Amino acid sequence: MTAIQDTPGAAGAVGLQAAFDAALANDERIEPRDWMPDKYRATLIRQIAQHAHSEIIGMQPEANWITRAPSLRRKAILMAKVQDEAGHGLYLYSAAETLGVSRDELLDKLHTGRQKYSSIFNYPTLTWADVGAIGWLVDGAAITNQVPLCRCSYGPYARAMVRVCKEESFHQRQGFESLLALSRGTEAQHAMAQDAVDRWWWPSLMMFGPPDADSTHSAQSMAWNIKRHSNDELRRRFVDICVPQAEALGLTLPDPDLRWNEERGHYDFGAIDWDEFNEVLRGNGPCNEQRLANRRRAHDEGAWVREAAFAYASKHMEAKG
Amino acid sequence: MTRAFKNAATALGDDALVLAQRLGEWSGNAPTLEEDVALTNIGLDLLGQARFLLSLAGDEDELAYLREEREFRNVQLVEQPNGDFAHTIARQLYFSCYQELLYRELASGDSQTAGLAAKAVKEVAYHRDHAVQWTLRLGDGTADSHERMRRAVDALWRFTGELFAPVEGLDVDLPALRGEWLATVSQVLERATLTLPTGPDRTAWAAGAGRQGVHTESFGRMLAEMQHLHRSHPGATW
Repeated sequence: MTAIQDTPGAAGAVGLQAAFDAALANDERIEPRDWMPDKYRATLIRQIAQHAHSEIIGMQPEANWITRAPSLRRKAILMAKVQDEAGHGLYLYSAAETLGVSRDELLDKLHTGRQKYSSIFNYPTLTWADVGAIGWLVDGAAITNQVPLCRCSYGPYARAMVRVCKEESFHQRQGFESLLALSRGTEAQHAMAQDAVDRWWWPSLMMFGPPDADSTHSAQSMAWNIKRHSNDELRRRFVDICVPQAEALGLTLPDPDLRWNEERGHYDFGAIDWDEFNEVLRGNGPCNEQRLANRRRAHDEGAWVREAAFAYASKHMEAKG
Repeated sequence: MTRAFKNAATALGDDALVLAQRLGEWSGNAPTLEEDVALTNIGLDLLGQARFLLSLAGDEDELAYLREEREFRNVQLVEQPNGDFAHTIARQLYFSCYQELLYRELASGDSQTAGLAAKAVKEVAYHRDHAVQWTLRLGDGTADSHERMRRAVDALWRFTGELFAPVEGLDVDLPALRGEWLATVSQVLERATLTLPTGPDRTAWAAGAGRQGVHTESFGRMLAEMQHLHRSHPGATW
């Protein structure tokens, strides 16, 4: 679309909406200076902010194991991964800024509970194997969700996602490889890997959001080319990918109802406990309080550093005239 | 490989490993997202150096995970707890200025570490720049940040003398590097409106310091955390 800077009258507004609709119909990208409906803007801000918050809150459960990683090679891989997540947070906050909100505003909304992050990070990482399980399942689910976002209608978000997905795919592979080493290791290591998969499997399936029938934002997001596939469709795709991978790992998935359905060409799986999902969303997960409190503490403890950087920059800007 | 060379590789490897471990503790806790990326990145560079150096001395994981506190040869400066951001920056300033000089010397020599040093000196130049920029911002920022930075450079000063004690097997005249280090650090502190600490640059303890395997109390706790999982599964591979 071309930039339209003028303040439109009523007739102009109709034209702008028509141009926006045409761009979507042609599967073109909407760029920051293009006109867009307020609700489209608000939806994107909500989604990109939630995504950015998930990246930075998601650092916590994994950083929990950096100091205890059992080999120097694993420590290096984990540090690189957590650093990537901070980087993803940076690209995503920048993408949100193109819609007219600042990173500070968004962080404030996170810290005061007015914006959410992915519920998956409200589960604890209890053993080293959880780091592998997060890589394999949580990053795997994230990729399944995010690859279609590389074609999202909003340009800056789509472009950020291309880079994010490349890095996430490395994270998923290292998670799988780490679990494989455990599964093929000692009896205790194998048990550790199985226990982690048992605990992370169902929460990972919940990452795709509520069933299509109950998903409040889905229909509009699909009409706007922000979302390309439904929650249930993506969830099915993820299960189909994971089952053979679990077999390759020599681990089982904790679902007695999981079996291949020849007719549908997909795996059938058991009922998801949506009560747990809703409770965790409501703030009653095992780590909701802890994750947000840690985040606020780090931010508050860093306030004097940010103030110092600002004061220094102001002084030296003045000095330069 | 001579025993003396292994001693030197272990000493420098331990410095890098222990500082990487401390910087890893910042992950997710930094004052800004940019600093989360920067501190973890510096830690990763150091961890890479540590793995190379420790592999010259033996098996990297055996050395990192199965030695006792008294067997580590790192200087005490790198094991000091992170403290507030100013303490971390002061530790980075002192150490990166030292490491840059050391690697520059090693890179110009012909020992087995010359290749690593040539690569590492570029990484460390970035670490030094990061530390210098933050020393300036904190020293010449607000009254609060100035005071915090002053306390940090003072508190860590007594661990700086050890950096220039000779290391057996290391083909670098460390005492000779102290003059240039002091000039660099003084100049940075002056630009940051801080003054060079005047107290002693080492503790009065005849037992020695880190290079002799004599450490500070927090180090044992740091190792306990770092080593416990590896030691809980003897012989396992990860």
